[in-house]
Amino acid sequence: MEEGLVQGTVTELNGPRINQVICQERASQIRMVCVHTHHLKGDPVADETPWSKDQVETDLILPNGGTPAGTSSPASSSSLLNRLQLDDDIDGETRDLFVTVDDPKKHVCTMETYITYRITTKSTRVEFDLPEYSVRRRYQDFDWLRSKLEESQPTHLIPPLPEKFVVKGVVDRFSEEFVETRRKALDKFLKRITDHPVLSFNEHFNVFLTAKDLNAYRKQGIALLTRVGESVKHVTGGYKLRSRPLEFAAVGEYLDTFALKLGTIDRIAQRIIKEEIEYLVELREYGPVYSTWSALEGELAEPLEGVSACIGSCSTALEELTDDMTEDFLPVLREYILYSDSMKSVLKKRDQVQAEYEAKLEAVALRKEDRPKVPADVEKCQDRMECFNADLKADMERWQNSKRQDFRQLLMGLADKNIQYYEKCLMAWESIIPLLQEKQEAK
Amino acid sequence: MQDRKIAAEVAKSVAVALYTYPSDPMTENNFWLKKIEISVSEAEKRTGRNAVNMQETYTAYLIETRSVEHADGQSVLTDSLWRRYSEFELLRNYLLVCYPHIVVPPLPEKRAEFVWHKLSADNMDPDFVERRRIGLENFLLRVASHPILCRDKIFYLFLTQEGNWKETVNETGFQLKADSRLKALNATFRVKNPDKRFTDLKHYSDELQSVISHLLRVRARVADRLYGVYKVHGNYGRVFSFWLFPMRGNCCESIQDIEASLTVELKILTEEDFWHPSEIGENNGIEWSAIEKEMGDGLQSAGHHMDVYASSIDDILEDEEHYADQLKEYLFYAEALRAVCRKHELMQYDLEMAAQDLASKKQQCEELATGTVRTFSLKGMTTKLFGQETPEQREARIKVLEEQISEGEQQLKSKNLEGREFVKNAWADIERFKEQKNHDLKEALISYAVMQISMCKKGIQVWTNAKECFSKM
Repeated sequence: MEEGLVQGTVTELNGPRINQVICQERASQIRMVCVHTHHLKGDPVADETPWSKDQVETDLILPNGGTPAGTSSPASSSSLLNRLQLDDDIDGETRDLFVTVDDPKKHVCTMETYITYRITTKSTRVEFDLPEYSVRRRYQDFDWLRSKLEESQPTHLIPPLPEKFVVKGVVDRFSEEFVETRRKALDKFLKRITDHPVLSFNEHFNVFLTAKDLNAYRKQGIALLTRVGESVKHVTGGYKLRSRPLEFAAVGEYLDTFALKLGTIDRIAQRIIKEEIEYLVELREYGPVYSTWSALEGELAEPLEGVSACIGSCSTALEELTDDMTEDFLPVLREYILYSDSMKSVLKKRDQVQAEYEAKLEAVALRKEDRPKVPADVEKCQDRMECFNADLKADMERWQNSKRQDFRQLLMGLADKNIQYYEKCLMAWESIIPLLQEKQEAK
Repeated sequence: MQDRKIAAEVAKSVAVALYTYPSDPMTENNFWLKKIEISVSEAEKRTGRNAVNMQETYTAYLIETRSVEHADGQSVLTDSLWRRYSEFELLRNYLLVCYPHIVVPPLPEKRAEFVWHKLSADNMDPDFVERRRIGLENFLLRVASHPILCRDKIFYLFLTQEGNWKETVNETGFQLKADSRLKALNATFRVKNPDKRFTDLKHYSDELQSVISHLLRVRARVADRLYGVYKVHGNYGRVFSFWLFPMRGNCCESIQDIEASLTVELKILTEEDFWHPSEIGENNGIEWSAIEKEMGDGLQSAGHHMDVYASSIDDILEDEEHYADQLKEYLFYAEALRAVCRKHELMQYDLEMAAQDLASKKQQCEELATGTVRTFSLKGMTTKLFGQETPEQREARIKVLEEQISEGEQQLKSKNLEGREFVKNAWADIERFKEQKNHDLKEALISYAVMQISMCKKGIQVWTNAKECFSKM
């Protein structure tokens, strides 16, 4: 369905738009071919498509470079984010571009202290001269990339970056947990771009992944930035749209609700974590009291010690649960809360484009008597709007899909973690029952 | 509330326990040798006038006794009478005085202590009254199953004679035998040769009391926190339940409710707080809701499981209170244990005082007989100052002293005998108590572990159900 939409717009297109759409078309072809070759491995039919060569290479490379994620952080391999990533793979999208963020390093200079992350890229795409790149980037650079993407791909939904400062400055920006949480979020950000049929071909993205010296490139790009900025600004502000397409009208309202609900879930989750941590504090005191007691007793010493050990195991299990919640559950919620902002800003841009078109159309209608034919610039404007609509629609659909999947994984993960917690406690308690009972019978 | 009543009803019907008494040939002629079932079957709130004619409200408990005479185990209701807590206290004080060598079973607490804050500490609270009813019944059963206490006449009358019981107790004059606190305190510091076994036991009961009270305090806090963890999950239930619907009317309020409950105190969710999908009209069929529908349906049913999860904690913690009560009994037992130690100290003190008295008399006698003054004394001074007594006077005094000495020796002998007897009896009962304690506490720990296991199983069940719902999203 997505492909159909894209092709529909291609025919009407000309000018600078064509590149993008071709990219998108190419991406979808790649996807189709992937499915194809997966089903008919080694089938000569695959050679008929122009992209099959790339594809065969991709297939060959997959086993080696298939999962480049998190080599430096073994703990992350079991994390929820990575699992989400794996599930995406299963969906039948085969990649020819792999990006991972790892190995955070702290840099202390005279002026400032900051963290850089290693970004490793492996690709078979022709846009990349080398099969593998490794660069170091800091948060600022990610920020630059995101604003570049917003500028150069205004019709697309750009994934959100993690907040610059999380939780009102209470958090130590250089603490291990903070850096790790941010690393995961940045990794997710790049993976979302990598997965995107259009954004992943963006030249700024390419530069971000490959340039030895990003700063030089950034300076060079300043002139361009100011120009684009102006072109966006001149659009009318308070214009009331005549007929916003139904799907976009509903999205706005939906996003408000969505963000509110997620905010509530986020706060509930935080409150639960807080309660659990307090519960943990009490448990940590509770267990040892049984040990103290057991020191007083003869025959009861062993059972009491058993209970103490049992409460100890439960405390450990609880700590794991709260850690998992903090590390895996909250960040996903946060990402989607931020996503709703990205979505809102792209919707606003779309409305502006529509407003521009409607304004022009109105102007033409006033002079209708003079010129019976709709002028070319109005037509261009209409094209622009329609392209925008098509791009955004496709992105929204992508987003909806990944949202559903992510939430399913997220909530199932939540349930799993809780089940595991209870299973650990259950095991601990069940193991002491025979200890208590045997003593009883032996007596 | 309805549930509580039903629970109490069930408890009543099962709380009847059967105790048979040891058919010791020594007590063959005892009127009290029959099998009897004892139960405290009911509690009732009453209003009456107290000693100074003031209006007061109290709770009375119905004690029922059934004698089991037939081989087929059929029981006949022999007596049922009402007693209030103060009468139980009187009974226990009486036993305490009359059986100093016995670890007398404790009464349940007068006021609720160490409870997690969601439970009321009010003396008239139905939950508290119910737990106390069980505690009082347990007390009677403990006394009835005690090999010595069960034969006490006052105890028998407590169970069978409603009127005049108090007067009968007071006629025994047990109050006179009660040792003054001051004397007891004196003894604690003065005993020269304490029995190591008893000092150890005293030490143990102090430690036991402190460790159990610490344990109970922490447990109450643990329960509070656990309650919090479960109840906050109930808020997931609410968010999930109305996932499908746009933010209008009730929905906004519900969100605000949740937010409020998260920031301030924990709010216990009530039925009215829930969002009922049936109340929403058909006109909310916005396209995006339809897109969310697949997700929403899963969430909605998962929300239900979260509600179940949140409310399951009430039962769990109520069950746990029973465990706390079991521990509490031993907290109070520690005090009873200490009472025996104190009695022993008092006895030892008496013995030592008598021995000291005797020794000084003997010395005096010797001094008089030999005419030497070994130690400086007032008597020595007076003799020096006022000259020697006549031999007759001295003879008379020696005679008096010798009489006193032999009397004192007799007394000391009997006190020694009494003390040995006390130690023997007390130690026998302490051994019995230890065995009972080990058995009871092991049982309590097992039942606690079983409770935890069932909580874990419930948790696994609920989360498995929720996961099933999530997987359908």
